Amino acid sequence: MKILSSRLIIGALLLTLSMAAFGQTARSSMDNVMRSNGQIYVVIAVMLTILIGLLLYLVRLDKKISKMEKR
Amino acid sequence: MRNNWWKIWSAVLLVYTFVAGLLGPVPSLPLLQETIRNLYFHVCMWFAMMILFTVSVVYSIRYLRTLDLKYDIYARHFAVTAIVMGLLGYTTGAIWAAYTWADPNKPLINSFSTIARDPKLIGAAIALLVYFAYLILRDAVTDIDKRARISAVYNIFAYAILFPAIWILPRILPSLHPGNDGNPALDVKNDISASMRLVFYPAIIGWTLLGVWIATLKIRIQLLADKKLMS
Repeated sequence: MKILSSRLIIGALLLTLSMAAFGQTARSSMDNVMRSNGQIYVVIAVMLTILIGLLLYLVRLDKKISKMEKR
Repeated sequence: MRNNWWKIWSAVLLVYTFVAGLLGPVPSLPLLQETIRNLYFHVCMWFAMMILFTVSVVYSIRYLRTLDLKYDIYARHFAVTAIVMGLLGYTTGAIWAAYTWADPNKPLINSFSTIARDPKLIGAAIALLVYFAYLILRDAVTDIDKRARISAVYNIFAYAILFPAIWILPRILPSLHPGNDGNPALDVKNDISASMRLVFYPAIIGWTLLGVWIATLKIRIQLLADKKLMS
């Protein structure tokens, strides 16, 4: 379980890195999704990152407590 | 993770709330404009608070019927999570009001006295203070059984104050806050546009489930700590 969750976190980190790569390519072409509509999608990305971060924190907490309960 | 299907629902509904809440179509109203999207966040805090306080009072009654200390712990942690939701609702409401109720031509402080006198805000403040007193009262009693019994009875009284303070009192007096007649938020005919209801109701469920999740985690930690104390 622990390996799985750490793999998930590494995967999420790699995803974030690739997001930065998207940002790089966008500089040349200004018509990508993240820059449309007054850049509201950037706000959504930020809010979702916070939400998912908090949810992952809760999941980890839940797992830790479950482990303590089993002991 | 234990019994996790509703936790997954909470996460899914919240992600949906954040995406559809920002992108979905909303009616364009004077004053409110895009801030109407706060409905999916600010109002849901209060809904989650009311539901969690209801759960808390149910456990208090169950404690009084069975005298099982487990229910006392349940009641306390649901109440604490509800208070957190209420505080978040209050803070977000203050931010929202600052940009919709306040006169933009004057400094914010000039409008403050009018806004702070709004009966709905005072009612919500009274309700939250009554619940702060619940926590103080609990922690002031050192005897476990006495503490559980006194706080269970107090919780029932606090619940009896909550709904008059946030629903009845503001309706008697003129208020700037919307939702003073009929069944606010639940009137499907003429309260909220159909497209907003598609996001609003899932948002309520998602936020409430998140509150329940946090509360159950706190309960499980408390039960573990108590078990350690006994052995």
